Amino acid sequence: MKEIITAVLLVLGALLMLLAGLGLFRMPDLFLRLHGAAKASSLGVGLLMGAAALGLGDVSVVARAALGVTFVFVMTPVATLLIAQAAFRAGIPLWERTHQNDLEEHHPAGGPYEPRLGPDGED
Amino acid sequence: MSDWLQNITQGALGAISVSMLFSLHRLLRGPSLTDRVVALDLFSLQTSAVITVYALWVGQPELVDVALVLAVIGSMGTIVIARYLYSARKGVP
Repeated sequence: MKEIITAVLLVLGALLMLLAGLGLFRMPDLFLRLHGAAKASSLGVGLLMGAAALGLGDVSVVARAALGVTFVFVMTPVATLLIAQAAFRAGIPLWERTHQNDLEEHHPAGGPYEPRLGPDGED
Repeated sequence: MSDWLQNITQGALGAISVSMLFSLHRLLRGPSLTDRVVALDLFSLQTSAVITVYALWVGQPELVDVALVLAVIGSMGTIVIARYLYSARKGVP
């Protein structure tokens, strides 16, 4: 029974990692590529770490896998959001069939802005 | 570990390797710098997944530590590069 659950977690995780790579390869736009890569890869790494924790069957491995899953689920959305903001500010072109663009109203794209300097000239 | 589970483990390693080839293509041929950064982030996560599955295959629990450290450092590198790109001066790419 334990091996069956391990096999199911392994297959789902490997398929999600393959889907993340395929999304990074095929999507037409940087932002759509981010959308495909971040979610699928974080869930895939989580499932694979769960499979390793279940298959190795040690308490320390379970603790390390839980720590790894927590780190991945916290850090990957933050990194993705920062990369998307930097790319939009740098004026990376969107896909021509993207209709809704809420960020354009307040922070229009097209080149980096002049950085706001502090009182002593620091960025 | 039984025989069929070993076969499934090898199949999972093959699938993640194909995915690594896709992200390597995006790393080499990406149109912009941010594409390459995203590809490098995904590549570090895929390397972490490969190390995790390999730890399950050979039955060594110490290798999970390597995957954990690699995942954390890859995401931190991506955050640092994004901060650098965000605060770039005007006219400097």
